[in-house]
Amino acid sequence: MKKRNKVVSGILTAVFTVLSLAWVYPVFMVLMNSLKQERSITTDSAFQLPSSETFAGLENFKSAIDTQGFLSAFWYSLVITVTSVALILVFCSMCAWFITRVNSWVSKACYYLFVFSMVVPFQMLMFTLSSLADRLGFTSPYNICIIYLGFGAGLAVFMFAGFMKSIPIEIEEAAMIDGCGPIRTFFSVVFPILKPTMVSVGILETMWVWNDYLLPYLVLDRKKYTTIPILVQYFRGSYGRVEMGPMMASIVLTILPIIIVYILGQKHIIKGVAAGAVKG
Amino acid sequence: MEKAIKKYWPIFLLPTVCAFIIGFVIPFCQGLYLSLCKFQTVNKTTFVGLSNYGKAIADTLFQESFWLTVRFTLISTLLINVFALTVALLLTRKLKGTNLFRTVFFMPNLIGGIVLGYIWQILFNCVLSLLGKPLLTLDATYGFWGLIILMCWQQIGYMMIIYIAGLQAIPNDYIEAATIDGASPWQTLWKVKLPNLMPSITICLFLSLTNGFKLFDQNLALTGGEPAHASELIALNIYQTFYFRSGPQWKGIGQAKAVLFCIIVVAISLIQLKATRSKEVQQ
Repeated sequence: MKKRNKVVSGILTAVFTVLSLAWVYPVFMVLMNSLKQERSITTDSAFQLPSSETFAGLENFKSAIDTQGFLSAFWYSLVITVTSVALILVFCSMCAWFITRVNSWVSKACYYLFVFSMVVPFQMLMFTLSSLADRLGFTSPYNICIIYLGFGAGLAVFMFAGFMKSIPIEIEEAAMIDGCGPIRTFFSVVFPILKPTMVSVGILETMWVWNDYLLPYLVLDRKKYTTIPILVQYFRGSYGRVEMGPMMASIVLTILPIIIVYILGQKHIIKGVAAGAVKG
Repeated sequence: MEKAIKKYWPIFLLPTVCAFIIGFVIPFCQGLYLSLCKFQTVNKTTFVGLSNYGKAIADTLFQESFWLTVRFTLISTLLINVFALTVALLLTRKLKGTNLFRTVFFMPNLIGGIVLGYIWQILFNCVLSLLGKPLLTLDATYGFWGLIILMCWQQIGYMMIIYIAGLQAIPNDYIEAATIDGASPWQTLWKVKLPNLMPSITICLFLSLTNGFKLFDQNLALTGGEPAHASELIALNIYQTFYFRSGPQWKGIGQAKAVLFCIIVVAISLIQLKATRSKEVQQ
């Protein structure tokens, strides 16, 4: 019986190893091609390793950074993601606390609207939202975070509220009796307790904002600002000769920071996603 | 305490609610109204009643993309959940390297839909051209299955994480008790593990159904709806109607399509939640 178990788990390990390699392969393929010379990147040779003839070194990366506007796109993506997620974490947790602790029709109405907004597809709002943002002037990477706060509030408030219901209210009452005002109670008592949920919400919202394509594409002032997903789509969407080399290099440069962050924080990320889903 | 907090509503409630009104409530209401109008911009509108809805439903491209989306969603939901659950069950058997496998399978979720679509386009085109078949954007069947493969590759890892969390939450006593009572592994799976896993299954079905229906980025990047709109899912169809069709009537029709789309997605979510919630086991 024991021997059989060992054989089974050996086979399973082998199967999963092969599967994992298959899972990583697409990313590896892009990396491979980004190191080839421009003219050797063709449709039917995408699976070939770069040889000494076709190897281009870091030329494609240089051209992606120098001429294709990669750095500015990266900077704008970073600004948008950091500001939006920070705003969402601070304001949505405050809002969720108010909603769970104050029992009135306003809180209830807000809560159900937030939940409803999670389900509504973006296509429903895209035209009106982009024209409203245009009229209010929220079209630069530095203030588009207001739009993200509004559109991303649903998930964040929902998750925070779900967690807050499980915090014993006595802790907050004790703080208030000791003379803390609501603001201090929230920031020095509730905020630290929320840390695990903060991580979950932060990760989910970061994954969404960093990779979002349509919202920034429609809302941002397109002549001045591009984000990384928009840049990648430009490569493809532009007619005529697509520069495959720099494009592959851009994709690699896009994926690389994500993979590094992922490897560093994979425990938190996987736990955060699982926790987020269980509450959702 | 409630009263004290209540006084501070401008600090706690107002910022999020203001942003929410700008980012959701106003565009949503305006969108509802505009679906009844003929318009080019938000300011110049003529009220036309329900005729936009009639035209939207009569649009054959819209019908085709709707049925394509239904097929796509059903197939991808089924495949994703079956595979994710299988992988999760196998990975909770204390294999060597479980953590590494988990990390690898989850990785595609962090890469954005546009980039994913692009990577897979290169990959599929290479395979197809080596096989001497037409490229992805020339044959809708390949486009459709390509999109399904892409979605499986991306989503299996995510759903697997949720299933693993669910499996780990089942108390070991249940499984031990079943084994002592003489249940085979197969019986344990069907009679003990799956019923206790119902909450996770609810979430995963819900997520993959709505993800499938709302799919946009991957569709745009992988095939862009080519050839001739034949691989166009409903979200992409609405986008095309808005921004790539000439003629003053199309924006109104696009908005009407968007409202219909919204109703469908909300309805699916409600039905789905109700149906699986009733099957959950009370612990």
